[in-house]
Amino acid sequence: MSVTAIFANKLEEKIPMSETTKKYINAALQTVGIPLLGILVFLMIWTAAAQNIDTSLGKFPGPAAVWEQFGALKDEHVTEREKEEAFYERQEVRNAKRVAMDPTYEPRIRAYTGKETFLDQIFTSLITVMSGFLVAAVFAIPLGIALGLSKTLNTAMNPIIQTFKPVSPLAWLPLVTMVVSAVYTSADPMVPKSFLNSMITVTLCCIWPMVINTSVGVASIDSDLVNVSRVLRLPALKHVQKIVLPASIPMIFTGMRLSLGIAWMVLIAAEMLAQNPGLGKFVWDEFQNGSSDSLSRIMAAVLVIGFIGFLLDRTMLQVQRIVSWDKASAAR
Amino acid sequence: MSRFAKKTTTDNPTSSGFRKLSRWCVTAVSSLFVFSASAADIGWPEKEELKFGFIKLTDMAPIAIAYENGYFEDEGLYVTIEAQANWKVLLNGVIDGTLDGAHMLAGQPIAATMGFGTKADIITPFSMDLNGNGITVSNEIWEQMKPNIPKMADGRPVHPIKADALKPVVEKYKSEGKPFNMGMVFPVSTHNYELRYWLAAGGIHPGYYAPHKGDISGQIDADALLSVTPPPQMPATLEAGTIYGYCVGEPWNQQAVFKGIGVPVITDYEIWKDNPEKVFGITKEFAEKYPNTTLRLTRALIRAAMWLDENNNANRPAAVKILSQPNYVGADYDVIANSMTGTFEYEKGDKREVPDFNVFFRYNATYPYYSDAIWYLTQMRRWGQISEDKSDDWYKEMAAKVYRPDIYSKAAQSLIDEGLADAKDFPDFTSEDGFRDPQTHFIDNIVYDGTKPNDYINKFPIGLKSGDKL
Repeated sequence: MSVTAIFANKLEEKIPMSETTKKYINAALQTVGIPLLGILVFLMIWTAAAQNIDTSLGKFPGPAAVWEQFGALKDEHVTEREKEEAFYERQEVRNAKRVAMDPTYEPRIRAYTGKETFLDQIFTSLITVMSGFLVAAVFAIPLGIALGLSKTLNTAMNPIIQTFKPVSPLAWLPLVTMVVSAVYTSADPMVPKSFLNSMITVTLCCIWPMVINTSVGVASIDSDLVNVSRVLRLPALKHVQKIVLPASIPMIFTGMRLSLGIAWMVLIAAEMLAQNPGLGKFVWDEFQNGSSDSLSRIMAAVLVIGFIGFLLDRTMLQVQRIVSWDKASAAR
Repeated sequence: MSRFAKKTTTDNPTSSGFRKLSRWCVTAVSSLFVFSASAADIGWPEKEELKFGFIKLTDMAPIAIAYENGYFEDEGLYVTIEAQANWKVLLNGVIDGTLDGAHMLAGQPIAATMGFGTKADIITPFSMDLNGNGITVSNEIWEQMKPNIPKMADGRPVHPIKADALKPVVEKYKSEGKPFNMGMVFPVSTHNYELRYWLAAGGIHPGYYAPHKGDISGQIDADALLSVTPPPQMPATLEAGTIYGYCVGEPWNQQAVFKGIGVPVITDYEIWKDNPEKVFGITKEFAEKYPNTTLRLTRALIRAAMWLDENNNANRPAAVKILSQPNYVGADYDVIANSMTGTFEYEKGDKREVPDFNVFFRYNATYPYYSDAIWYLTQMRRWGQISEDKSDDWYKEMAAKVYRPDIYSKAAQSLIDEGLADAKDFPDFTSEDGFRDPQTHFIDNIVYDGTKPNDYINKFPIGLKSGDKL
């Protein structure tokens, strides 16, 4: 008998209830109560441990200090938005004045020059990770299919893939930075260099699991399906479209899910090292500031990073469930 | 084409001496010439959206204040301010154009123009501050230094503390075969020269550079081994025991006191009273391409510096509040306020008055004096970063290439004409020749006269002198 069932039975001794109600309470306790209990125990251990860790910046932040910083970060966001509005108003007045003095001037509204708030940095990180991931997918999936279809190609490429797969983003980053600043030169760049740096690093690191999973998925298609395609004499492209893709979708998505997880981890490291805007930079800046709030702000960022990573994974899982015919694969 | 190249190279040696001299004269004359121009005369900025870099140090204040008080916007400039990871990243940013300008170490534009490190033409129209650095040693070293320092009646050590007190400690480490490591922030940083000056004045050799032999570690013949650590990481590196002491700007000395990991022993004010510190650096190309923008940003920075020193530092607490925001310096208010509001805490509880610890405007702090640039050049020569003898004229010519009082005077004059500034707060632009009077307040009492750099170098007991080559 599970812990929750015992609890439900105990409860019944006091309040009589039907079997079905008992079942419901049991289920509710299972899905909500137990995780809640886990979180509560974790918070208690965290609080206790935090009180016993002394750093040169003061005590390690406990849950209360971190919660307080969430409030502070939100306030900062609100103030920054107010400042932004005032900035645009001032700009309009100034532009109007200048037009009055110099009628040939074409007024232009310039983007806000203030700092990025925590919320802005979350969005920057999300956009960067999604673009890096999508670029990786565009290359990885066709490559994976090709590798899966041709044994020779697979044998040829395998050593290269296996070598690049375990490379840390930090090793790629200097190379990427130098190449981007050498190649990407335009007077009025469409996207900032820093964005490209982190995006390409993310792409390089998360492309491999997708390639491998796709090729394995394609290679392990049921031979019956391949035979059907042979019998029907499907042309190559039709074969990929009608047989290969649907059959390997579960594996492709498993690869994509793995990749997205890696992409998120890589991004934070890349932002931290290359000082590219985003959550990683937030963490590094706070570390450099070394104020008494720094540790709790970093801890707040850690929780947000973890939570977003969790959400990304869940989202991919949902997409995988929707597009995949093999419902069991999602659980893998 | 090759013939052409040959022709120019053969031309150079014969006429270069004369050309140097004439160029020097032109710059000197143009700085004497007073431009009368108000903001309207200056014309609209050619480039309105700018990005400036800084390192998390309190002396970046003029940039933050010019932004927060709207001085940049008053000039029609839309400026984004971005913290940089270290001095090298910052310099590269300015050179490759990702940054339009930056808070720089005074030595950076000079070294870049000279070609020590990365070669690039960088100029400075605005000197950002005087003083503001300190030397901190770890608790362990302080305990060993303490017996060598004379005490006052109340038991506190007598200041300024000379490196003589550190010498026995360094010698002990040396005899035990342990390297005595210290941190500074950049090879051409003020901090490197100040730390070297202090050590050498106490008889500790900080080591030579020999760039012509490819040795840029600066540790030849050294008693104390100096290496580079980015300012915000200084306290952490000291705590980790990698270095025994460091020279850095604020708030990273006061941070050591607050964290209880080290003791600041001396401020640079005591090593050389009112020494020039950071400058605002832009590329020569930027200044030529966008002359109005250059003048306007200089105007905004001058106004910010004025505000920082106004009414006897009355605005400092407000400035500290701005600087303690996470996007600027980001350290705690109390840590920054400790030095910015006219005091300095040495040992925990030993807080002393240093009213001029940070000077942003008084004493013509913002005027880019040639003599300031030449002092840095003399130190580069003293420690071998400039490996060969140079003539006094070379020093002056190099200073005039980098330091641009002509731009400063024009910007300041326009502020005066508009009534935004008072002429009495500035040098008299009609007679100013760009050289401060011989300066006397050095810890070793050696007098510095910017017009005679070679004489000056020869006065030091430790260091390369005229004719020396490693």
